[in-house]
Amino acid sequence: MSGHSNWPEWIYIGVVVALMVWVGAEAWEAERLVEHVPEGAETIVVTGQQWFWTFEHEDGTKEIGELHVEVGKAYKFEIVSKDVNHSFNIHDYVVLMDAIPGRVNTVWFAPTEVGQHDIQCREYCGLIHYNMRGTLYVEAPSS
Amino acid sequence: MVLELQKPRPIWQIMFSTHHTDVGLLYLITSLAFLFLGGSLALAIRAELFLPGAQIIGDAMTFNRIFTVHGTTLIFLFILPFASSVGNYFVPIMIRYKDMAYPKLNAIAFWMIPPAGALIWLGFADFTWYATPPYSIISAPGPAADMWIFGLKILGISSVLGAINFIVTILKCKHPDMSIGQVPLLAWSFLSSSLIILVAIPTFAAALLMLLTDRLGVSGFFNPAMGGDPIAYAHLFWFTFHPEVYVLVIPAIGMMYEIIPRFSRKPIYSYNSGVFAFVLLSIVGFSSWAHHMYATGMSFTEKTVFMVGTLAAVPASAMHVFNFIATMWNGRIKFSTPMMWAVGGIALFFSAGAGGVANAAMPLDFTTHDTYWVVGHFHLFVMGTIAFGSIGFLYYMFPYVTGRMYNEKMGKIHFVMSFVGTVLVFFTQHVLGLYGMPRRVFDYPPIPEWIAMNQIATVGAMIIGVSMVIFLANMIYSSGKGKLANTEDPFGVGGKYYYPFEAKNPHHD
Ligand code: HEM
Ligand SMILES: [Cu+2]
Ligand SMILES: [Cu+2]
Repeated sequence: MSGHSNWPEWIYIGVVVALMVWVGAEAWEAERLVEHVPEGAETIVVTGQQWFWTFEHEDGTKEIGELHVEVGKAYKFEIVSKDVNHSFNIHDYVVLMDAIPGRVNTVWFAPTEVGQHDIQCREYCGLIHYNMRGTLYVEAPSS
Repeated sequence: MVLELQKPRPIWQIMFSTHHTDVGLLYLITSLAFLFLGGSLALAIRAELFLPGAQIIGDAMTFNRIFTVHGTTLIFLFILPFASSVGNYFVPIMIRYKDMAYPKLNAIAFWMIPPAGALIWLGFADFTWYATPPYSIISAPGPAADMWIFGLKILGISSVLGAINFIVTILKCKHPDMSIGQVPLLAWSFLSSSLIILVAIPTFAAALLMLLTDRLGVSGFFNPAMGGDPIAYAHLFWFTFHPEVYVLVIPAIGMMYEIIPRFSRKPIYSYNSGVFAFVLLSIVGFSSWAHHMYATGMSFTEKTVFMVGTLAAVPASAMHVFNFIATMWNGRIKFSTPMMWAVGGIALFFSAGAGGVANAAMPLDFTTHDTYWVVGHFHLFVMGTIAFGSIGFLYYMFPYVTGRMYNEKMGKIHFVMSFVGTVLVFFTQHVLGLYGMPRRVFDYPPIPEWIAMNQIATVGAMIIGVSMVIFLANMIYSSGKGKLANTEDPFGVGGKYYYPFEAKNPHHD
């Protein structure tokens, strides 16, 4: 308004817009790569229910609260729920996907090192939500 | 209006009044009562999380109810009524009209809040402020859940009535000599947030009814067991509540637009840019709601659209920050209490926005979503920006409301402690989120980093708690015994004030 020029504000807006474009472009590129499920990934069906996780491997074996996988393989999780919404999360591998009744959501990962990681539920699901936890065991290849 | 305490009136006269300053006072007292009630719940939550294992809250159900009512209370029963209080006091004066456009409607909108608050508090629901189905349909215990639904229903109607009143008051009742381009920015903030309310609220109002009939078993909109879709609820909810976050923040920014130039003893750097940013935010704010839903299994395209929509709203917020800094630049700043709160609020607003950008960038959100990071993110807004702007403004209007000055030293101590506390709690929660701690948990495994971060956050919360006691003491003592304010210029900064004192209350002649 009164007697000052506005160019500093225009430069500032330009910088903010440029930053947002950059963040958006990087995020778009990264997400595009991350979403691409590799060929031949083994499917694991993950079922959430109040208040534990069940895992079913391709060969039909089932585990409750524990998940055993092998280094060097890629896995595709098919996530379902039997009751309310949950969210399947292996924080160390940035695996996060909601388990929603009536839907099958997928997410994949490929463990890189032998070790143990926490599995948890990250969507509020009631009384024992805080303890809807499990453990991921990444093991050396069997053969 | 002022001088309630100097020229006492019977309390029923204030309660049954429809004069805008009386309704403003009712809103003010109600909102502060709920600030303290909701704040106490926050301290209980922080105390519980100080260490793994059950601490002071015996069981998970009680804990879940506490954080649900905490969030619901502070958003709907503190932030919104506080803004309505400020709007009631100042909007009619700023647009030079004798009252709000519809005084009776104004009083009705206020009187819907206490029963709604009672429903929420007497019910004490446990399904989070977001009441997601199918949990809220098949699992959440009634009657608490139903009482919450009715409480929110009433609050929604109250918001819409208030919004209509502000819009009509500003557009139709402003002084004929005043063009819309001369309406002060604080009044503009109410115009924009009210317009958002009108567009946004009906969607959630519908969703609430659908939730209720689903709970009654007569419909299955969101219940997969009856062929419904819980994700539909998420869309309806966030279509209302992402824009609603701007409804919360815009009036607080408006309050800062009143404080910053006043205490910098300079006109605002750019009035036009302030108006433009308000209007822009009100529009672009509707393009980002599903950024809360990246992890629900949306397609890549949907996620991209909502990321772009979210990032597009950032420049509008950033313009306000620029405007504030440019206004203070070369100003003869007087750091009275209101100014300290406003400046602190702007710094936290900036940090909060930076964290929001990280959430919006979709692969990063899979790290932050539903962890303590998100809790830290939005608290930097609701506490760091909105409560800071509001509390600063409360100190600013204190002499107008009471005719007396608050204790400046106590006001500054309150600010410093709250600022330090806020940084300790909410910056730490961002880090805690990066370590992977989920939100809404009653207990957590003894992971050393988690314990350390939780303890810092709890200490920060206690510092805020103590500062709020100082605040309360200052307000109560000073309203009765504070030194008389110089009503021409209570802060000694010169210039023309908008002065509720000028508002002619028919009850004082
Ligand atoms: C620069 C502006 C902003 C950006 C880019 C932004 C971005 C985001 C994103 C992406 C999320 C989702 C995080 C997640 O759940 O994974 C989020 C959550 C949230 N934001 Fe913001 N936000 C901004 C401003 C605000 C403002 C002004 C407020 C409040 C006044 C606010 C309040 C919230 C709340 C309450 C949540 C969490 C809701 C919940 O899950 O309970 N945000 N924000
Ligand atoms: Cu859960
Ligand atoms: Cu949002």
